[in-house]
Amino acid sequence: MRDVSTAIRGGELSCREAVEALLERIERFDGRINAYLDTTAEAALARADAMDRGARGEGRLWGVPIGIKDVIAVEGAPCRCGSRMLDRFLSPYDGTVVRKLKDAGSIPMGRLNMDEFAMGSTNENSGFGPVCNPWDPAYVSGGSSGGSAAAVASGMAYGALGSDTGGSIRQPASLCGVVGLKPTYGRVSRFGLVAYASSLDQIGPITRDVTDAALLFDVICGHDPQDATSLQRQTPATSAGLEGGVKGMRIGLPREYFAAGLDPEVEAAVRRGVETLQGLGAEVEEVSLPHTEYAVATYYILATAEASANLARFDGVRYGHRCSEPEDVTDLYFRSRAEGFGSEVKRRIILGTYVLSSGYYDAYYLRAQKARTLIRRDFEKAFERVDLLAAAVSPTPAYALGACVDDPLQMYLGDILTVPMNLAGNCGISVPCGLTAGGLPIGLQLMGPPFAEAELLRAARAFEAETPWHRKQPDMAVLEQRSAEGA
Amino acid sequence: MSERTANGMDIDYVAQLARIGLTPAERAKFQGQLEAILGAMRKLDELELEGIEPTAHAMPVHNVWREDRAREWDVKDAALRNAPARMQDSIQVPKIVDTSG
Amino acid sequence: MEYLTTIGLEVHVQLRTASKMFCSCPHRYGAPPNSQTCPVCLGYPGVLPVPNRQAIEWTMLTGLMLGCRIARYSKFDRKSYFYPDMPKNYQISQYDLPLCEGGYVEVDLENGDTKKVGITRIHLEEDVAKSTHHSTTSAIDFNRAGTPLMEIVTEPDIAGPEEAYAFLTSLKQILTFGGVSDCNMEQGNIRCDANISIRPVGQDGLGVKTEIKNMNTFSGAQRALAYEVERQKEILNSGGRIEQETRRWDDVSGTTELMRSKEDAHDYRYFPDPDLMPMVVDEAWISRLTAEMPELPRTRKARFERQYGISPYDAGVLTADPELALFYEAAAAGSADAKAAANLVSNLLLHALAEAGMEIGSSPVRPEHITSLVNLVAEGTISSQIAKDVFAVVFETGRGPEEIVRERGLVQVQDTDQIRTWVRSVIEENPGPAADFRAGREKAIGRLVGAVMKASRGKANPQLVNEVLREELTRGGV
Repeated sequence: MRDVSTAIRGGELSCREAVEALLERIERFDGRINAYLDTTAEAALARADAMDRGARGEGRLWGVPIGIKDVIAVEGAPCRCGSRMLDRFLSPYDGTVVRKLKDAGSIPMGRLNMDEFAMGSTNENSGFGPVCNPWDPAYVSGGSSGGSAAAVASGMAYGALGSDTGGSIRQPASLCGVVGLKPTYGRVSRFGLVAYASSLDQIGPITRDVTDAALLFDVICGHDPQDATSLQRQTPATSAGLEGGVKGMRIGLPREYFAAGLDPEVEAAVRRGVETLQGLGAEVEEVSLPHTEYAVATYYILATAEASANLARFDGVRYGHRCSEPEDVTDLYFRSRAEGFGSEVKRRIILGTYVLSSGYYDAYYLRAQKARTLIRRDFEKAFERVDLLAAAVSPTPAYALGACVDDPLQMYLGDILTVPMNLAGNCGISVPCGLTAGGLPIGLQLMGPPFAEAELLRAARAFEAETPWHRKQPDMAVLEQRSAEGA
Repeated sequence: MSERTANGMDIDYVAQLARIGLTPAERAKFQGQLEAILGAMRKLDELELEGIEPTAHAMPVHNVWREDRAREWDVKDAALRNAPARMQDSIQVPKIVDTSG
Repeated sequence: MEYLTTIGLEVHVQLRTASKMFCSCPHRYGAPPNSQTCPVCLGYPGVLPVPNRQAIEWTMLTGLMLGCRIARYSKFDRKSYFYPDMPKNYQISQYDLPLCEGGYVEVDLENGDTKKVGITRIHLEEDVAKSTHHSTTSAIDFNRAGTPLMEIVTEPDIAGPEEAYAFLTSLKQILTFGGVSDCNMEQGNIRCDANISIRPVGQDGLGVKTEIKNMNTFSGAQRALAYEVERQKEILNSGGRIEQETRRWDDVSGTTELMRSKEDAHDYRYFPDPDLMPMVVDEAWISRLTAEMPELPRTRKARFERQYGISPYDAGVLTADPELALFYEAAAAGSADAKAAANLVSNLLLHALAEAGMEIGSSPVRPEHITSLVNLVAEGTISSQIAKDVFAVVFETGRGPEEIVRERGLVQVQDTDQIRTWVRSVIEENPGPAADFRAGREKAIGRLVGAVMKASRGKANPQLVNEVLREELTRGGV
């Protein structure tokens, strides 16, 4: 991302060429990856041309195309959220992050594939086919921002935006070997982000390295009067102190995150990563987040409850899919929603409707809201002792495609290491920390208290500078060859 | 053919509330899956939650609002551009039989 | 059998804010369909609501005017149900922590008593869209969707349809005085639903209630409730049972019909709206609002009677509408005679406005016009008869009374010599009445005064005419 920016700034590359280079790569590789639902090439090229004709701007991302997850609104572009429900839908407005990207001179480009309405951890829940892992297309990319992570990993995007409700940025970043930052809740405006679970959703960058993540975060963060949950407090740009190192930083290892069920290769890579940080001068100690085991249940009750209301608007009345020849309004609702939504979305809506319904609210929803308080307190207590926490992102490397499709509960349980942080509103990042024997990436997760993005990115950058993993890339020639064989 | 799972869910009633039509196959599949998921959620029953404040928002912020200033949205005809069916300047649906409120 | 009626009302009031509850769209009545919409009030994917501070404050102000407790901590909740007029298929409303609780409205009963109708709560929510029904389809216009809507819920304190009407009238007066709503019924600014039950006299527990919806005018509400009382009586008298159900009032047919039974009751799945932060209200805010609180209609009426010495009736007329009350106070301020000003406003002005189909706000006669008319009469510059004519010209032209009086030479004639000339010729031309008066028939002077006034074209000072006539008649008799 920085290279492209520098090249454009230096006049070696035009904005159009930056876009065309991506379009070429997409043309070559995306048939096998399925990261892009739409390249929005026409709009991107038009914007590039207009920028090439005009005076060079001062924006930090002048001329740099940034891939956009299909859940973020861009004026005039499709915004299908990976769902058949919004098949022909065009957004009439720009989300705040998109406006900020444009203000910084960036070219929002493409609609990146995702689990339908951001519900999933494998990207197999997309209404438009799964995203394949660029490191091995027989494996999932992770989700729900699978398209964003796979596009960046395969060089089909210089950088991208994803969204993270329970790990949807960090987990695919981890499984695809790229950097994914989930900011503190409220630091990046949600205006224009199609809501899955409003009290948990947060937009963040997915990039090749930590420096790019910091740059992109600095561009998109900040208070937005159009989002009542957006925080007023401002902090200095994270890019500034990025090279400050981790000397003297206290890093906690949450005991519960290294429990049974953690894949040995993942555990080994993460522990090696922690040793690296220690070698750089960080002080490492074990801490406890005792309510971790309740996080998945808490998360799935709260997230699906909010989702059941958030997704009620997709009814075939004002926009989106409408069934043919509805007999009456009720028939219109039932059939449009039955036809428009995929299985996982239906399952979560039904679950969320149930936990809010008369007679069950106290037993499920209210209990989960209280459990959320306990989970938050766990973190508050831990962050009294340490600056950051370190753990794995996903207990396992990428699954093989199809491995988990009919076992939603198993898939939910795989979110154990990422959902607690969303419940607490903290910030977290995934940085590449190794490869399995089979050649699949592993991510190291660093977590910080609210507003600790600068410390988080500084630690991640120190780690990255000391390790080779972020420079490793999937062998696209092999992919292309396999693709040809498969065809 | 309304029935409850071991964990108490009347799936037909809930699908009715959520306005989602389910095929018999989906219904059968979901019933088992949701039963397992609800079982896992009952893990929260282990917690002693008496006196614990519920958390509704990730950040403890209050009194966020805007001043009362009107501004018309300048995108013409935008309300209807994505409408699956329209009638002049309005959005069209099958005739509504009033049961609301 | 004799029955007692118990009614509780839910009154929905649109606030007169410039913008909608959660977005910046205006909500002007009568705009072309869907022209006052944006992605937020259309419930588009990705949008977020941001609450209108003015709407929150006006709801609190209403609470203060109705004597409610203002919540120190309040929040918005989502109320879920599917309906095509609801863009998100959930309504942002308030469930367990409304902005205001408790309170009452004082209502004047027909027998002259005053009754307090209890207010349970007031909460703030968003209005829904409007649909128009055709033969097989309905058309939806989202202009109204998202208009700030205050729901005022009463205790079951209302004992009959007339009382309900009186309550609504009092409430409307308070709301318009507070300036929080235009309360224009034709434009749907104020609408109500009711819970109503009857029980035989002597029975302690309340009867089974029905809910009546779609009452869009106060008189409609009164008729709907009267109809429902009769319907319930007939059922009970014929040995039937009242079903707990929701019924819809049809203003055209004048009947209620079943909308849904108890079994179809909604499961609204309320939960705190994660997009909206809680509201915390401190003492300072409440004190400021209390200080800004306008005088309530009843207080103002009592003050008018006291301060201006006008009749309870006139005070009632002048305080029925806040704008009119302001108008009167401005007119009375510089007037030598506040009572005369009250007469001019409540008789002449209101009559003329009604005839012209105008509101007080657009009156061509300004308060200062009334003041100078009153003073012209008090100073004796014009007669009260001429004042009426001058008023008519002011109403027509909007010009000042002094100017009109001067220009048209309407200044009252005070010159005794001039008056004596008229008097002498009138006595000469009317020997009959003159003789009658001289013969002791006092009343006969009336005709002579009238004739002199006519001769002076109304300009003679009637007091002087009277005096001079008596002088001349008595002298002539000697």
